[in-house]
This record gives sequence, structure tokens and C-alpha cells, in this order.
Amino acid sequence: MKCLGLDIGSRTIKLVLIENGRPIYTHKALNTYDPINEVKKCLQKVDYDIMLATGYGRGLAQKEFHVPTVTEIKAFAIGAKYLVPECRTILDIGGQDTKAIALNNVGRVFKFEMNDRCAAGTGRFLEVMAKALGYEIEEFGKAALEGNDHIQISSMCTVFAETEVISLLARGEKRQNIARALHRAIATRSVAMLKRVGLNYPIVFAGGVAKNPCMRLFLEEMLGRSNSDKPSVIVPEDPQIIGALGAAILAEREVKNEG
Amino acid sequence: MSDYRQMWESLELDLPAHDHLLNVLGKFYGDIYLSQQKRLKGMEYLDFVISEIHGLRIKELLDAQKSGQKVFGTFCVFVPEELIWAANGICVGLCAGAEIGKGEAEKVLPRSICPLIKSFMGFKLARLCPFTEACDLVIGETTCDGKKKAFEIFAEFKPTYVMEIPQMKRKDDYELWKNEVWRLKEKIEEVTGKKITSESLKDAIKMINNRRRALQRLNILRQQTPVPISGRDALLINQISFYDDPKRFTEKINQLCDELEEKVKRKEGVVPQNTVRILLSGCPMAVPNWKLPYVVESSGAVIVDEESCIGERNTRDLIEETGETIEEMIDNIVSRYMKIDCACFTPNKERVEHIIELAEKYQVDGVIHYTLQFCDPYLVESYKVEKALEEAGIPVLRIETDYSMEDVEQLKTRIEAFIEMLK
Repeated sequence: MKCLGLDIGSRTIKLVLIENGRPIYTHKALNTYDPINEVKKCLQKVDYDIMLATGYGRGLAQKEFHVPTVTEIKAFAIGAKYLVPECRTILDIGGQDTKAIALNNVGRVFKFEMNDRCAAGTGRFLEVMAKALGYEIEEFGKAALEGNDHIQISSMCTVFAETEVISLLARGEKRQNIARALHRAIATRSVAMLKRVGLNYPIVFAGGVAKNPCMRLFLEEMLGRSNSDKPSVIVPEDPQIIGALGAAILAEREVKNEG
Repeated sequence: MSDYRQMWESLELDLPAHDHLLNVLGKFYGDIYLSQQKRLKGMEYLDFVISEIHGLRIKELLDAQKSGQKVFGTFCVFVPEELIWAANGICVGLCAGAEIGKGEAEKVLPRSICPLIKSFMGFKLARLCPFTEACDLVIGETTCDGKKKAFEIFAEFKPTYVMEIPQMKRKDDYELWKNEVWRLKEKIEEVTGKKITSESLKDAIKMINNRRRALQRLNILRQQTPVPISGRDALLINQISFYDDPKRFTEKINQLCDELEEKVKRKEGVVPQNTVRILLSGCPMAVPNWKLPYVVESSGAVIVDEESCIGERNTRDLIEETGETIEEMIDNIVSRYMKIDCACFTPNKERVEHIIELAEKYQVDGVIHYTLQFCDPYLVESYKVEKALEEAGIPVLRIETDYSMEDVEQLKTRIEAFIEMLK
């Protein structure tokens, strides 16, 4: 039985196919204004028996393909637990939202926090800021690592922060330093969210933003434990597919329960 | 509906905008209410009242005014409406549950202010609420800074009287409140030209107590498993209790409760037995603010109680019916209203205790703590509520939102995830 997890995110569509509890195929595609069409293109390339959808577009998938759905929160919990069995907290920074999820000792969600309506401090925020500073998103984190720490960005609103960035540039500030300050602002905000759910170690850092080396460094700096030789923040090999993986595992579980 | 155009014109409503409002409201109501399955027969009355929300009820008010009665509008469960009824007046709760006349309201109010305040100002300035227009006097209060200051502006457009609500519950505060109740009595007598007598006050206390009893009866039925009525319908009943004729409303709700009792005997629910049960706690949900209940109930849970001014806070306590003289009855009114556990009080331990008590009594799986944006009293208090619930082992989700629909998808994700967590 091949079970497909489909995660329709605001920026990226992710697919993970599993068979007998093991991932056998993953795929990512950029999302557009027409999510269902993009999903259909992805599905042509994959042979599956059942599917379960998650992500902000899960409702669309349910209508179009008549498949069950689960929220990103539960999907991330299951996916992270599969990859890092000892995981107790998850930080997911995706395209348009940030989530902090606390798991109990058997891996069940017991508390979560999520940013509300605006995309402040998310992947989208980084994209807009990278553009304002003339960077490709892939090189943005690396550039920030080259900067130094003498300035601070206080706005987390994308519109206000862009204004702040432009006035810093006008003052002749080096763009690496501005990039660094932007990263630090997001990391600080994310840590505050993690603290609200309790902050138990280890933390799995997932979502597209987990690919950013400067974000990883700041989180490790702010969350690192001096009293433990184990890592505090674990980034899975492909941090973007955790939700799709969780959905696939859940699809397989549901089949087993029915059988 | 066309019969009412002349009436609306006489109230100087903005007719095209008002038509649009009724259209939107009708569609919204259809989606959220009429689409429900297995609804009670008794809800037909509520559907009728809603369909005539700006029609028949307004006509009744205007007819009553023609025969010499006065209409008083209120925004808060702190205003002792018994005094109004005892002076042959009519009390109506005013509209403040929709993002209406926002542009107009923002001409006089700051942008970052609670949506309820913006809404009542907007309804007035955009001339869209026939209840507000029909009122002879609006009675405001000082529950929060936003409302207190907004009434100063509101008074420029509508005769407004403001009651001072104490912020603590010490002996002095009871005195302050008692003086306020007596002052209100004088004001009402002045506006109506009628003296409140011990007879009329006794009747009014009984009438409003009976309405509270009917709503308490409804709430007891909601404690059953499977739940016999949706949270949305129960909220609507509570919302309508604020502006319908109290005697007629009480009779209709008691009939509806008879029907519910039969349902409970047959073990018939609106949802399956194992459906996740939610207690909504926090800010009031005024008509037509049905966003959150709709999201919760369309995500597979059922709301079994509202710890809110449009809910428990309005119905929990009765006025003692022992008083014979006006003085005794006013004392009874004072002590009943001082039991209100609004977040405007400090300290406000009893509210947290009530929430836990309700969570247990209604056997809820989780609590959703709902606050309107910029509502400092409830937003700040949510910390204490969350902490106490966690200590009691009751899961809680905090939601902060307003009347707009732009965050519905985000709300869905959080609420669905909360329900998944509770299953």
C-alpha cells in the first residue's frame, strides 16, 4: 500500500510517498495562484493508493480529490516524531506562518502557538526583505552571517520593516548588517513563541526557513543548553517535507486501523 | 419587507446601505444557521425574529412610543433593565457585532480600538441601526476606558446617559454602585414621566428573572450528552434575549425547552455522542458576530456553553424576590449586579473560578478563550485564565480576533488543530 502525504503550503507544495512505513519518494514544487492545478501536475508523476492532505490548501484538496485532511500542526508533530523520536518541541517557520508545537512524552500535541493573521516574521517576510536588499533568498542567510551586530530592527511588520530597511540603506548601512539584524529579529520572536509553549528539549526546527544558516545559528545561540552535550535544535535533512511526511504516516495509520 | 421602507425613512436610515446590510446579513444567516441539520422546531421563532430584526420589532417599538412608552438602548449587562421596565419603558440591547460604518467611526475614533466600540459608533454614524435611531435615551457605562471615552463622542449624536461602574468590589464600591442605581432610577423616571412603584418594580424583577430562568433551563439542557442543541442556536437565543419582548421571549424559550426535554429523553443529539465539547469564554458576541462559533462547529466540535456577557454572565444570577419596599428591592438589584464578574474588575478571581466550575459542570473537553482585539481587560486576564485552566488539567486555546472575515482560514487551522488535540 502506497500512502501519499500532500502538504499544500502557501509558497511550496510538498509530497511524500511512503510504503510500509518508509519514505520512497518526495517531491516539492512552487505554489502559484492556482494551487489545485499545481497539485494535479505533481500528482501525475506519482503512483499512490491513498492520499491525505494538510497545509493551508487542505480544504481545496478535500473538495477536489475527496481525501481526508489534517492540520499542519498534527502533521508536523507526527512527521517530526518519526524523524526525531525524542523530539519535544517543534518550531516550524513556513511561507506565511510560524508555529511552535509542544509534544508530550508520547509525541502527542498538548499545546501550540501560531501567529495570527499577518505573516510577520515568516518566510514571506524574509523573501520581501531579501528582495529589498538585492539578495536571492538562497544567499540571504549566508550574507547575514557575514554582517555584524551593531544595529537592531524593531519592526516585525513586513511593510514597516521594509521602510526601516530603506532608511537604514539611506544612512549608508551595509546590507549584510541589515540582513543580520532582520534575522535576529525573527529569531527573537520565534524564541518568544517557543517559550509560550514551554520549551522542552530537543527542538526540531522545520519549514523552509530552517534551510537558512543564519536562522539556525541564532536559534542555536538563543536556545542552546550549556549543561548538555546533546544538540538543542535539530534540523532534519529536508526540513520542508515534515508536514507531508506526517500526513503520509497518518494516511497509512488510518488504513491499518480500518483494516 | 418593503412595508418597512417608510418606517426606516422616518428613522432617517441610509436606505441603500441599509438594504445592502440586510442582504449580507440574510445570506450570512442562511449559511451559518439555516444550513444546519436536525434543527429544533422552536428555532422557527428565532429565525422569524431575525428575519424581522429591523422590521417588526422596530415597528413594535415605534407603536409603543406612539402610545407614550419610552425606549432605552444599552450596551452592557450592567445596566439594571428592571428599572426601565418598572417605569413602563422598553429596554433593547444595541447592535455592536459587525464591521459596519468603519470609515465613519474612524473619523471620530482611533483606528486601534476594540471592534465593539467601533461598531456601535459606526452603526450610529452610518445611520444603519434602527434600534439606535428609535431610542429615546442610550444608557452607557464606564466598564472600560474605550467605552467610557467613546460615549462622550456618542453623546454628540444621540442623547446618552453614562453610569459609573466600580472597578473593585469593596464596601465603598457597593455604595458607589448603589448611588448609581438610584441616580439611574431618577433619570428613567424623568425620561418616562412615570414613577417607579414597589408594585411595578416587583413585577419587572419577576419578569426579567423569569427570562433568566428560561435561559438557565436552556443551559441545563445543554449539559446533556448527546448535546440537544447547537452552540450557534443557543448563542442566537441569548443574543435575541436582549431585544425581544421579555414576556413573549420567555414563553417561546420555555416552549423550545419543552421540545429539548423530549429530545433529551429520546437521547437525540444534534451531534454524535463523542463530539468534542467546547466552552467559549471571554468577550461578548453581539449579533451578528457568529464567526467563531461557526468555525468551531464546522470543524467538528460543539459549543456547550458561553462564559460571556451574552451567556452565563447575563443569566447566572437572579435578583432576590424577597423585597417589599423600593429600598429593599434596589438593594437586591445592587447585590445581584455586583456579582457580575466582568474583566473590568480587579481582582477578578471569581471569574476564573466560574470558568473552571463551568468546564466541569458542562463536561467540556477544552476551553476556547475568545477576546476581541484591543480589549485590554479580557486580553490581560487571559493569562490568569489560561494558567488556572492548565493547572486544572483543562486544555485551552486563546483566540484574539475582530469582526472581519480575513482571518477565517487561520482561525480554522488553529481551531481544527485544537480539536484534533482533544480527540
